[in-house]
Amino acid sequence: MALSAQLINLMAALLLLIAFAMLAQRRILSLIYLFAWQGVVLTANSIVVAYSTGQTHMYYSALLTFALKVIVLPWILHRLIRKLDVRWDVETLINIPTTMLIGIALVIFAFNLALPISQLAGTITRSTLGIAIAIVLLSFLMMITRRKAVPQVIGFLAMENGLFFAATSTTYGMPMIVELGVALDVLIGMLILGIFFFQVREAFDSLDLRHMEKLKETDR
Amino acid sequence: MSEIAFVLGLPLAGGLVLAAYGDRGGAARLNVLFNLATFVSAALLAARVVDAGPVTAYGELFFIDSFNVFLVALTAFVGFTTALFSRPYMLNEVEHGRLTSRMLRLYHSMYQLFIFTMLLVLLTNNMGILWVAMEAATLTTVLLVSLYRTPASVEAAWKYFILCGVGIAQALFGTILLYFAAEKVLGAGGNALLWTHLNAVKGDLEPTVLSLAFVFLFVGYGTKVGLVPLHNWLPDAHSEGPTPMSAVLSGLLLNVALYAVVRCKVLVDGALETHFAGNLMMGFGLLSVVVAAFFLWRQRDVKRMFAYSSVEHMGLMTFAFGMGGPVATFAGLLHMTVHSLTKSAIFFAVGHAAQKAGTQVMDEIRGLVVTNPTIGWALMLGSLAILGMPPFGVFASEFLVLTAAMQQQPWATPILLLALGVAFAAIFVRVQAMVFGDTTARRLPHPPALIPVFVHLAIVLMLGLYVPPYLADWYRQAARLIG
Repeated sequence: MALSAQLINLMAALLLLIAFAMLAQRRILSLIYLFAWQGVVLTANSIVVAYSTGQTHMYYSALLTFALKVIVLPWILHRLIRKLDVRWDVETLINIPTTMLIGIALVIFAFNLALPISQLAGTITRSTLGIAIAIVLLSFLMMITRRKAVPQVIGFLAMENGLFFAATSTTYGMPMIVELGVALDVLIGMLILGIFFFQVREAFDSLDLRHMEKLKETDR
Repeated sequence: MSEIAFVLGLPLAGGLVLAAYGDRGGAARLNVLFNLATFVSAALLAARVVDAGPVTAYGELFFIDSFNVFLVALTAFVGFTTALFSRPYMLNEVEHGRLTSRMLRLYHSMYQLFIFTMLLVLLTNNMGILWVAMEAATLTTVLLVSLYRTPASVEAAWKYFILCGVGIAQALFGTILLYFAAEKVLGAGGNALLWTHLNAVKGDLEPTVLSLAFVFLFVGYGTKVGLVPLHNWLPDAHSEGPTPMSAVLSGLLLNVALYAVVRCKVLVDGALETHFAGNLMMGFGLLSVVVAAFFLWRQRDVKRMFAYSSVEHMGLMTFAFGMGGPVATFAGLLHMTVHSLTKSAIFFAVGHAAQKAGTQVMDEIRGLVVTNPTIGWALMLGSLAILGMPPFGVFASEFLVLTAAMQQQPWATPILLLALGVAFAAIFVRVQAMVFGDTTARRLPHPPALIPVFVHLAIVLMLGLYVPPYLADWYRQAARLIG
């Protein structure tokens, strides 16, 4: 048990590291690779948890994660940026060192928020809940500080990864039917966004969200 | 309970059939037919449940009691009348060149799927599936909000997707926490998220976890209810999407999201035995009423104005459910019904008025009563109804909310009255000018469908004068369940 607990902690640390790397990343292609790596670590984590606790349904969940988050979603994203021909750099609203500092503050906040819950949890993964919440908040920060549509969406998907990790660390994952439903939603959402990106570009000639500030109260 | 299979299966099948059928003539009629069939099965289901009391079906996958069955019937009904309205409306849009008939294929298919996801939210017993269906409801409507492909509509759809997506992610975290608390009492596995099981053991659930879970669930589903300060997506999505979408978003989706909040509140109240959830709902409800009432003054776009009016009314309902007790809950349920009917009727009338004037800007819509008296009067009567004038049903429900507030939360009554007064002045001035000013209208190639408007308003009028005993019973039963 001690080994698996240490392995799980290692995975959690890796996930946090990847979340920070995503915040710091300036190139969109690397951002997609980082997202895929996050999926790999999540899969590995699910397998370790499944093996050490004997929760067989976690194996299916690991398989699902691998198929969706390591293969399908990165592939769709990759195809999208190739088709849209947008391999530009990521533009941020706040410069990256400041973003990282805010990120550190968020991690501390997340650990404080998780403390009362993880004390109640009986799972071997409970110490990682703080990290799960931190990943959710960091992804949220990424969504707020990115100017273009694709990085925002990757932030959104990374947030879902964080939530998935939270479910694993508090309860060994949600019931299978719910996990399937969530995965389906994420997949459909991604496909719809794919169509939507083309509409955005058609309407604005760019995927820069600065153009999307027309709908306001006063000037209409 | 084969009715459930029909209620859910028909719109799902409709979505697939209409996607395959494409843009050949008659797709709009097919859409109406599917909705009619769904409505008939919903009515049969309602009749069955009213007789037999709460039931679970298909291995506890679905749960129907008097609270959700009346929303199922309402959703199916408004879905049907909106489909009736949408047929000439969308054809007019095609004639005006704002849409191609290819887009209608997407529209009809997504319309059915949207109705399906809402009915699934209402009928499912599993809080996880509820989340999944709620997210799917957002997904099915994103491409409909951007149907016109104008920069403004694409922007609105993006805002809708991102804000509701982030909001609903909070609700997923809330659901995870709920499962975490439930797992300790009910054991791991699918049963731990079933609402009926949770309701049976709600007293044993860990209060700290549940209060935290409720905060996340409330923020998540509250975003979809359109509560201030998470309402930003709502006026944009309503004003930029096609009008039948505005009608179902306002009339149905907001109700369905509020339903999810109330279901969660019942569990949390049982676990906490304090008024925490209620207080949270009252606070945000009141804030929404007040902020929306003042924002009404700043609107120029007619659909945007009525979208803010929806924020106001959803706030009022949230306040009523938050206050709790038999009278307030009864009033909340009644208000859900009449708001849904009135608001969709208004959007029907506004849709045709805007088509006639060729614009949604209120200053440019004038003299409806001269050019098309039916649309003019429909808009006037609908607005009077939504503003809470007697003898319409909104008056009855608002009156009940205010009476309950005077007894239970006297401090809130003057604030509510002030906000309702401000909203009244804002909307009445605008609508009066649109209906009775000098004319600017043009002819429509397809005659407008105004029967749904008057059917809705007639029901609202009836509910204001006389609530039939079985309906009142229904509300009372539901109010007892919610507490």
